Amino acid sequence: MTASARQLELGRVGESVRRVDGIPKTTGEFAYASDLSAAGMLWGHTVRSPHAHARIVEIDLAGALASPGVHAVLTHEDVPGQKRYGLEFPDQPVLAFDRVRYFGEPVALVAAEHPEQARRAAERIRVEYEPLQPVVDPEQATTQEPIHEQRWTHGHGYLDDSRPNVVRHLVIRHGDPDAAGDVSVSGSYELGIQDQAFLGPESGLAVPDGEGGVDVYVATQWLHVDRDQIAPCLNLPREQVRIHLAGVGGAFGGREDLSMQIHSALLALHTSRPVKMVYNREESFVGHVHRHPARIWAEHRADRDGKLVCVRMRILLDGGAYASSSTAVTSNAASFACGPYAVENALLDSTCVYTNNPPCGAMRGFGAVQTCFAAEAQMDKLAAALGLDPVELRLRNALAPGDRLPTGQRIEGSLPVAEVIRRAAELPVPEPEELPREAIRLPGGAGNTTRGEGVRRGVGFAVGYKNICYSEGFDDYCAARVRLFAEGGAEVHCAAAEVGQGVTNVILQVARTELGTDDVRLASHTTASVDSAGSASASRMTWMAAGAVQLACRAALEERERTGGEVDVERVYRHPRTSPLDPETGQTTGERSHVAFACAAMRVVAEVDVELGLTRVVWIGTAQDIGTAINPQAVEGQIEGGTAQGLGLALMEEIQTRDGLITNASFTDYLIPTTLDMPRVESVLVEVPEPDAPYGVKGVGEPPTVVSTAAILSALRDATGRELTRVPVRPDDIVGL
Amino acid sequence: MKIGLTVNGAEREADVWEGESLLFALRERLGLPGSKNACEQGECGSCSVLLDGTLVCACLVLAAQADGHDVVTVEGLAEDGELHRVQQAFVEAGAVQCGFCTPGLVVATADLLAHTPQPSDDEIREALSGNLCRCTGYSKIFDAVRLASQ
Repeated sequence: MTASARQLELGRVGESVRRVDGIPKTTGEFAYASDLSAAGMLWGHTVRSPHAHARIVEIDLAGALASPGVHAVLTHEDVPGQKRYGLEFPDQPVLAFDRVRYFGEPVALVAAEHPEQARRAAERIRVEYEPLQPVVDPEQATTQEPIHEQRWTHGHGYLDDSRPNVVRHLVIRHGDPDAAGDVSVSGSYELGIQDQAFLGPESGLAVPDGEGGVDVYVATQWLHVDRDQIAPCLNLPREQVRIHLAGVGGAFGGREDLSMQIHSALLALHTSRPVKMVYNREESFVGHVHRHPARIWAEHRADRDGKLVCVRMRILLDGGAYASSSTAVTSNAASFACGPYAVENALLDSTCVYTNNPPCGAMRGFGAVQTCFAAEAQMDKLAAALGLDPVELRLRNALAPGDRLPTGQRIEGSLPVAEVIRRAAELPVPEPEELPREAIRLPGGAGNTTRGEGVRRGVGFAVGYKNICYSEGFDDYCAARVRLFAEGGAEVHCAAAEVGQGVTNVILQVARTELGTDDVRLASHTTASVDSAGSASASRMTWMAAGAVQLACRAALEERERTGGEVDVERVYRHPRTSPLDPETGQTTGERSHVAFACAAMRVVAEVDVELGLTRVVWIGTAQDIGTAINPQAVEGQIEGGTAQGLGLALMEEIQTRDGLITNASFTDYLIPTTLDMPRVESVLVEVPEPDAPYGVKGVGEPPTVVSTAAILSALRDATGRELTRVPVRPDDIVGL
Repeated sequence: MKIGLTVNGAEREADVWEGESLLFALRERLGLPGSKNACEQGECGSCSVLLDGTLVCACLVLAAQADGHDVVTVEGLAEDGELHRVQQAFVEAGAVQCGFCTPGLVVATADLLAHTPQPSDDEIREALSGNLCRCTGYSKIFDAVRLASQ
C-alpha cells in the first residue's frame, strides 16, 4: 500500500477518506441483512392481501399447518402485545384484523425449514375476504367513508380537520394572501408515486435469546425507534428487544418504517428458533412506504421587475392507507412551496389524505421534491411572462440570511441561494453533438431507429431547498459513547445507521480529529451498548453524529486528564430546539420551526426526440450549499446519486396502480436509471459553514433530489415548448410537435 | 439432487432442490453470499457471475444447470490476498456506497476489461447497462472503470 493510500484510509475531517467498508463491499464479504444465517434457522414468509380494501371474514390455516417443513403459522391473534404500530401514530396492524386497507398488507406469517416450503404453505392459507369499495382518488377521499375508525392524527397539535380521511391539513398564511401583482401565472401539476427502489430487499434475522427476549439483526435507518415499536407489540420490556444493524443495501427513507422486524421476532419467539425473512423484489414494492404522489395548483404574482409579490399554492398529497410520516411530509411540502425565494405574501394550503392506495411516507426530499417541481415550473413560466432571463428572475428573488420565510421564521444560519444560482449558471454547457452519431448517444439509446432527425435540444435551470434535521419541535438528539483504553486506542459507539451514505467514515474521521490519533475503532451499531442516534434521514445524520462524537471525544479527553485511567463516557448532542407551527396560521410558535436549510441549483442539457417521444439527459451541472465537507468525495457521491433519483422521477419512475392494486412491481416494469440514462454530473461544492452545526456541516443527501426533477423538466420544456406539468414525463407528452 | 461444480477454482458439491437458482445455491448452500439477491429476475445484475467464462445473472441459472460447470463469483476475483484491480479501483474512486450492486458491477467490469482492456465511455455505458445502482448515479463507477483500465 502506498503512503498516499494509507493517508486516504485514515483521514481526518475535511479529507476524502476511503470508505471503511469499501474493501469488504467489493470482495463480497460485507454481510447485508439478507446474508445472515444462524444454526437451526427457519425462513419466514408473509401472506399478503390481494385486495386494496376488504373485510376479512375468515382465515383458515389448516392447509398451511399440515404442509411439510412448517413450524409456525401466525395471525393477528398471535400478537401478544399491541396489535398496531406506527412510526408516529400507531394506526397500522402488525397483522391485519377485521379489514385490509392496501394491496399487499400483511395478514399471516409462516415459518418453515426452506423458503420454498414457507411460500408453498402460505399459498395454502385460505383467507375469505369481502371486498369493499377502495378509496383511490385523493380528491374524493374527504367525502368518502373513512378508512380508519379512529382519527389517529387528531389531538397532536394540528388543525383538526373534520372531513373524513384527512391525515393532516396545514395552511400557512403569510402577509396578505390577496396581494395582487402586475403579472400572474398559474398552473396545475402532478407527480406519480416514486419508489425508493433500494437494491437490498427488506431482510433480517430474529434470534430468540432463550430467556424470553429477542435479538433482531436488520437493515434499518433508526435502530432505537424500531425497538420502541417492536417491544410493545411483543409485550416485552425494551431491554429484552435488542436491535443490531445488519448491512443495509440502500434506504432513501424506505427503511424508516418497520417491515419484517416484528414479524420475524414473532416467528422466532413462537418457534424458539432463529427466523430469517427476505423479501423478493415484488414483495419489496409493497413492503415499504413510497414518495407521496401529489396534485398541486399554483399561482405566482409578481411586479413588473420580477419581484415576487404573492405565492398561492394548494397541495394534495395521497398518503395511502397508513399515516407513517405523512404529517411531516405535509408540512414540508407547504414550508418549501415557495422555493428559496423571498416572498412577502403567501397562502400555502397542504393536505394529506388516507386512501387505499400504497402507503406513502419518507423518501429523499420529503415533500420538498413535490413542491419544488411545481414552484420551479412556475418560475420559468413567470420569467417567460415577464420576458426575463430565468436565472436573473431567480437571482432577483433569492432568499438570504435575515429574510423571513412564509412561516415567519427568520433565516439565521447560512443559506447562500444567490451564490449557488450564480455558480451553477456559470458552468459551461457542452456544445451540441453532431448528427448522425452512435445510437447509444441518441434519445432512447439503441432503441432509437432514426438518424436523429427529430432531436431537439433544451437547456434548463432550477433551484431548490429544504430543511436539515427534524422540525416542528421534535425532540431530536444523537448519543455517542467513547472509550479510551489504558494501552492506547479508542472505541466509539454510535447507533447512527450506515445506509451507504458514509456516516461510518464521518464518525471515524471526527473521532480521529478530536482524539488526535488514528487508533480508533467503531463498535457495531446496536441498541445494546449506546443510546439512540436518531434516524439516518432528513439530511441530519452527519450533523448529529458529528456533534455527538465530537462531544463525547472532548468529554473523554477531559475525563482522562482528570483521572488518568481508562475512560468510558457517553454524551448526547442536541441541535437548536424548534417549535411547532400554529395550527390556525401555520406560523412558527417560537423562533424557528426548522433547524437549518440547504439549497442547490442545477443546470441541465437535455435532448428530446419529438418523433419518438424519447429523451436523453446530456449533461448536468450543479452547485450545492453543503456547509462544509467532512469527506468531499462522499459529498460528490451523494450529489451524483441524489441527482439520479430525481432524474428517475422526471423521466421514468412511477408505481402504477389500478383500483389501488400495484401493476408494475418489478424492475422489468418499474424502471430506474441505468448507466445509459445518467449523464456526467459536474458538481460545485459551495462551502459556507453552518454556524449552529459541528464543523459547520450540513446534510447533503436531499437537495440534489429536490432540485433535479425540476431542472430536468425545465430543460425538456425548453426543448419542446410544452408545459409538461406531470412527472414522470411520458413519450405521449413530448411526441408530435 | 446432488450437483458438482467448480466454484472459484475449487471442486464443490451441493444438495439442492430442483427449483433452486444457482444464486440460491451459491448464497445458501455453498457459503458464498457475495453474489446479491436484489431482484432475482435478471434485471439488476447484482448476482453477476462468470459461468464457463460467460457473464450471467446467477438468479436466471438453475443450480442444476451449473452441474459440471465452472463458476467464478466475486469472492474468486482477489488472488493471493491481493484485491483484483477492479476491486481496488472501486474503493479508490468512491464507487461504493451501500455496495449492494458492487459485487455484480465488479464482476461485470472485470469481464468487460478482460475483453476490452481500454473501453471507450460508450462501451463502458453499454457494458454496464445491465447493472443497476441506486446510490451513486454511476459517475464514480465510470471513474473506477477508467482507473482500472489504465
